[in-house]
Amino acid sequence: MSNRQSAKPNFPFSAIVGQDEMKMALLIAAVDPTVGGVLIFGDRGTGKSTAVRGLADLLPRIRIATGCAYNCDADAPIGLCERCAQLAKTGDLKGALTRVPVVDLPLGATEDRVVGALDLERALAHGEKAFEPGLLARANRGFLYIDEVNLLENHLVDLLLDVAASGENVVEREGLSVRHPARFVLVGSGNPEEGELRPQLLDRFGLTVDVGTPKDIETRIEVVRRRDAFERNAHDFIASWKGRNEGLRRKISAARKTLGDVEVGDHELGLIAELCLSLGSDGLRGELALIRAARALAAFERKSTVDVSHLRKVAPLALPHRLRRDPLDESGSNVRVERAVKELFDQ
Amino acid sequence: MTPAPHADNTVWADASLAAALVAVDPHGLAGVSLRARAGPVRDSWMEMLRALLPAHTPVRKMPLHVKDERLFGGLDLAATLKAGQPFVQRGMFAEADGGLLVLTSAERLPAEHVARVGTVLDRGEVVLERDGIGLKSPAQFGIVALDEGIEPDEKPHPALLDRLAFHVDLSHVSVRETCAPTIGATDVSTARRRLSAVHVDDQILAALASAALAFGITSVRSPVLAARAASACAALFGRREVHEEDAALAARLVFAGRATAMPATDDTKQPPEPPEQEQQTEQDTQDGDQLDHGGPLEDRLLSAIAAAIPPGLLAQILSAAPRGQTASSGRAGPSAKRAARGRPVGTLPGDPRGASRLSVIETLRAAAPWQRIRRRDTTAPGEQRRLDVRRDDFRIARLKHPTETTTIFAVDASGSSALHRLAEAKGAVEMLLSDCYVRRDQVALIAFRGDSAEVLLPPTRSLVLAKRRLAALPGGGGTPIAAALDACFGLACNVRRKGTIPTLVLLTDGQANIARDGTAGRARAQEDALQSARAIRAAEMSVLLIDTSPRPREAARTLADALNARYLPLPHASAAHISAAVRSAVSEPQDPAPADGTRMNRRMAAS
Repeated sequence: MSNRQSAKPNFPFSAIVGQDEMKMALLIAAVDPTVGGVLIFGDRGTGKSTAVRGLADLLPRIRIATGCAYNCDADAPIGLCERCAQLAKTGDLKGALTRVPVVDLPLGATEDRVVGALDLERALAHGEKAFEPGLLARANRGFLYIDEVNLLENHLVDLLLDVAASGENVVEREGLSVRHPARFVLVGSGNPEEGELRPQLLDRFGLTVDVGTPKDIETRIEVVRRRDAFERNAHDFIASWKGRNEGLRRKISAARKTLGDVEVGDHELGLIAELCLSLGSDGLRGELALIRAARALAAFERKSTVDVSHLRKVAPLALPHRLRRDPLDESGSNVRVERAVKELFDQ
Repeated sequence: MTPAPHADNTVWADASLAAALVAVDPHGLAGVSLRARAGPVRDSWMEMLRALLPAHTPVRKMPLHVKDERLFGGLDLAATLKAGQPFVQRGMFAEADGGLLVLTSAERLPAEHVARVGTVLDRGEVVLERDGIGLKSPAQFGIVALDEGIEPDEKPHPALLDRLAFHVDLSHVSVRETCAPTIGATDVSTARRRLSAVHVDDQILAALASAALAFGITSVRSPVLAARAASACAALFGRREVHEEDAALAARLVFAGRATAMPATDDTKQPPEPPEQEQQTEQDTQDGDQLDHGGPLEDRLLSAIAAAIPPGLLAQILSAAPRGQTASSGRAGPSAKRAARGRPVGTLPGDPRGASRLSVIETLRAAAPWQRIRRRDTTAPGEQRRLDVRRDDFRIARLKHPTETTTIFAVDASGSSALHRLAEAKGAVEMLLSDCYVRRDQVALIAFRGDSAEVLLPPTRSLVLAKRRLAALPGGGGTPIAAALDACFGLACNVRRKGTIPTLVLLTDGQANIARDGTAGRARAQEDALQSARAIRAAEMSVLLIDTSPRPREAARTLADALNARYLPLPHASAAHISAAVRSAVSEPQDPAPADGTRMNRRMAAS
């Protein structure tokens, strides 16, 4: 009780022991937000939320228009909100480097807070009809994190599906009519035992990761050790991992710059097509997600071309949830993907 | 003050120690799950804990069906109306900050609530995003989960148990065994001050981590909690360094209730046989001050924990069917809550009298833009209200009661069925399970054979679990149809009470030969079966009977008539038929799907 703070500092991302797949998926989403979000499903106490919250500290800062409620990009001429568009016309739009928003959608949130609603304070005090942006506005150009995503109320899921598909939040309530950009990387986590995720929502995630509890004793000891050190003195612990976190951040920054130049050769494209075909994954989304993720990973590893090793690593993230799902198949889609990858790549 | 809990009343002594440790570090240890019926024993434990906590520590009781607005907080209507500007009402989570949150009937706490509590526990703060308010407030509290479960399966949700350091079971402690703790409130307050300075040696951390694994405890949270418990223990005994006895105590308190396996004993030196170990353990804890060899330390921890595991416990765990995670335990069913309040799908102007619920926030929003105009109009002196809400502004919440369905499968696993078609029946159920998945139904599974029926799986959405239980179902024995129908009826009534619609799918050949009281005899068995069937019929439940006999027989047909059930002989039951029959049984009229028999046949062949 001695060091009570209103908010706990985040456990450093780089200090998370093991869970390489989860970390890789999150880093890929950090490099290329267009991969379409990450879903982390797995056992209790495996550091799912810790990793997502830790990621927030790694993201390179972005330029956000000052005073904008929707995090508009001060340097982009399009996709601005009304206010910023006006300012941009007169050349008054200023921006500042700001932390990428990582917004929590807590359980128990009400719809008005998610989409935004009439600003009560101003309405009551001044009789003004003003729009108070919600969580979707705050998450624009950042990350929207939903812990226990499978317990989210259905009407909120519907709403999210809509916004995630269009990249725009349209509010029509209380005589307000507002639309604003809402593009975010959706990150969800949950425990499958508490209920399955609706297929439509599952489909919105670019990558999925299954995390398990580490079984290896050394890893477990290390987890306990670092947790203890962090709780004993969060400040020192964070400081001791600062270098490594900084390194990751630089790698993400660099990868973002080179991402556009990473090439995918014909051979690899062929492999991707073959892999998706052999697995019978629905539609083209799987292939696109696979290509994007592989490219982001290659950029992160400072490579200029995508090779088979990248595909091998990202296929288990990008494909399992896109296979025609047999809800009763216990072995899970992961096994099927791994098998197909082995058959195809090990020839 | 030595930790000497190896008296006759070990359980109570351990429980007292757990209370003291929680009092030292409520939030760090996350709290206690206290299994006991309401009564003097539980009361005296609670009193003890409260007495150990500093004066004016907030203690909040969270009722089972608490609403989100009370948990998280929201708009304070009275204050808002009075002041004419939004006022925040603090929720229970924020109020419990620095103290305790007591969960009543924790074994029935629905998963949604468990998730809410879990998130706040993990973060130490509560994020409020409701009613036009966005606010973060500190919420560092310890939990006391009052578990009143009686059956072994009736226990708090695993996600909750995983987070709480101590699982204390007082159900077998009598009032005479309770006694005042040797630790006092002043010890606790001194320990609280010392706690942050206590250091845990690396080897102790390693030993705790390996001990957890040796006892089959997979969650990494457990060793972390044990390390914190050891620190609290050291602080309590005035040490700045966690000693071995602190670690042993902590390990025993934290791990004993969670063990799922006994450590493999390859060295003969210390076979951790549960009950006989006690004296040896005590010696070990006393003579062990050397920390430089990790191996023996770990061994001593292991035996300390093993000593605290009640003799029969592990046998119980091991003999029970692979429980997996009892996903259903601790759930009152999400539907119960939803049916009670429905899902708000919007608001309507209207009068909030009668049963309808006033939507405060929407009402205020409706009223807000008019305030200036109204104030201008109401010029009557002395009637200057801060906020003018009129009848036209009233908005009532429009609730939608989702028609959720629970499909109860009752599978005849008796000898007569098993011989022929248990595998096929399993195949049919699996196919129906896929359908349930699509419809987001809950499913439950009852099997009957020998002289009784057994609920293999209470209503759940986890189909993998359903499939696993089904696959493990053995066949053979008599056909107790009466017992099966009674079990179905009981479960269906339960489901109904929770506001969901039950549908029964009965797979049997109808050849009843075991009467309700378990005696053999075809005639009485048939009679009993028909009697049970009539009860179901009277309750107007939708039933589908799938006749699993090789050739359709009279017995099953008669039973179907008595149940007023749809009757489908399996030989003719194609996937499309069954699926369509279930669909219409759950009153969701739909065209029978085009014959897709291949899928089912494949499945059946496979099983």
